[in-house]
Amino acid sequence: MHHLIVDNVAKTYGETRALKGVSLAVEKGELFGLIGPDGAGKTTLLRSICTLLVPDSGSITVAGLDISRDVPAIRAILGYMPQRFSLYQDLSVAQNLRFFADLFQVPKHERPERLARLYHFSRLEPFKSRLAGNLSGGMKQKLALSCALIHTPEILVLDEPTFGVDPVSRQEFWEILHQIRAGGTTIVVSTAYMDEADQCDRIALFFEGEIAAMGSPAAVKGAFPYRVYRLSGTALQDLKTFLEGQPEVRGIQLFGDALHVSFSEKPSPETWREWARRGGFPGLRWEEISPSIEDVFLAHMAGETA
Amino acid sequence: MNEIAVQTQNLTRRFGKFTAVDRLTITVSRGEIFGFLGANGAGKTTAIRMLCGLLLPSEGEATVAGFDVYKSSEAIKKNIGYMSQRFSLYDDLTISENIDFFGGVYGLSPALIEERKEALIEQVGLGDFRKRLTRDLPLGFKQRLALGSAMLHDPPIIFLDEPTSGVDPRARREFWSIINELAAAGKTVFVTTHFMDEAEYCHRVSIMRAGKLIALDSPGKLKESYGRNNMQDVFVALVNDEDPRPEEQL
Repeated sequence: MHHLIVDNVAKTYGETRALKGVSLAVEKGELFGLIGPDGAGKTTLLRSICTLLVPDSGSITVAGLDISRDVPAIRAILGYMPQRFSLYQDLSVAQNLRFFADLFQVPKHERPERLARLYHFSRLEPFKSRLAGNLSGGMKQKLALSCALIHTPEILVLDEPTFGVDPVSRQEFWEILHQIRAGGTTIVVSTAYMDEADQCDRIALFFEGEIAAMGSPAAVKGAFPYRVYRLSGTALQDLKTFLEGQPEVRGIQLFGDALHVSFSEKPSPETWREWARRGGFPGLRWEEISPSIEDVFLAHMAGETA
Repeated sequence: MNEIAVQTQNLTRRFGKFTAVDRLTITVSRGEIFGFLGANGAGKTTAIRMLCGLLLPSEGEATVAGFDVYKSSEAIKKNIGYMSQRFSLYDDLTISENIDFFGGVYGLSPALIEERKEALIEQVGLGDFRKRLTRDLPLGFKQRLALGSAMLHDPPIIFLDEPTSGVDPRARREFWSIINELAAAGKTVFVTTHFMDEAEYCHRVSIMRAGKLIALDSPGKLKESYGRNNMQDVFVALVNDEDPRPEEQL
């Protein structure tokens, strides 16, 4: 069953076409990721889903409710965590939670059990008297998430929740999202960190107001038309110059201690030996690796995918 | 020519009873792209502030571009550039005004600012945009402008703080190609980031935890040593590990 349906949604700000007719459908209980750089249109779409913005055209339904007609009903079943930290810095953790519980009219008798659950996964209980302004970046994000969950929404919308959060807190945050999803909540989350695509059930690659690709992370990566190799063990700059002259080479990226090279076809062992000999790279090592989401994204930007 | 760009020996900084950086010893070569990673509060920012001449150490030694951090903080500031993709430029100034501002901050003469401004605008391909507000620039341009502004005074060492977070993959790869060229030409590049994709572009990566250096190697060697496929997993494993090193080293 589709829990969220976005159909041909467009939105223009002045001369900027933020969304150019976007369509997608999210299943109930799915963890769906909008992956794309800043300015791709992610926030505009998420704000539209949350009834905070009216698209110029197209339609969006959340649990069968229409964002243009059923605003209060949608807000009652939807939790939204905006991009910028939106809590009261001069209230404590517990006070912020109580404020949101009041705002969403959570019945008093249900609060102890809900708070216990939120404190359990966020591990914020020891800090409940601390002012929100004094929390670390990772803890602030967990508090904002807890506030968005206080009314036990059916669908949770998160706008770049892991931006600027250190890698450990980020990993922990994703684990919490997996737990929430396991409880049956639908989650739509945006991120500019390409490597977070693998945390989602399905993703949409967003670029310039359009969806460039959509599907499971494996399926999206599977559409990459080339073979990617990691090359090391030799003078990388020289190797790069050498390979730039080979017709099979589709792309080269120099990393700290390796080259990532994509080829239109898998080079044969003879070809590798020939290159190592002809270019003078005796120590050359090569291994095939899976394309990254970034590789896939680039191929889409260049119009190179099927 | 001195081939060491940055060298520290037991560099330590305390705030009251709290030791933010604890006996940090590193040597960074000229032309190296050096990554500086750590969780929030690990001591990265404090270490970088000492290396930029913004904060005096409590103990230990450090030289940056050959200058002592205790005695020559002003000389250090003239020999480093600092760029952060999201925060470097003033959105409500024009491109031309931003460059004037940075030139002024780095102490260049008006004539030199004009000369380098033209070169930079040309190099970034912003000729038609010079009178436009910076906020109207596409991100990829903004980022190259930020880098150019941080290097107006031609410093031998550049600090980059999450330089490509949020930019599209093509702009990110172009940016790192520029960084590789700068490094090949002898610039030393310090990268601090939470973005493990950026760590992969470094020649060597250092990881700090609770003020101490807990790992230092190339991304490939770190992945190999810890049996992980990517830097994200290496980082999480290292930082979550209760005691990754023998007691006597701590």
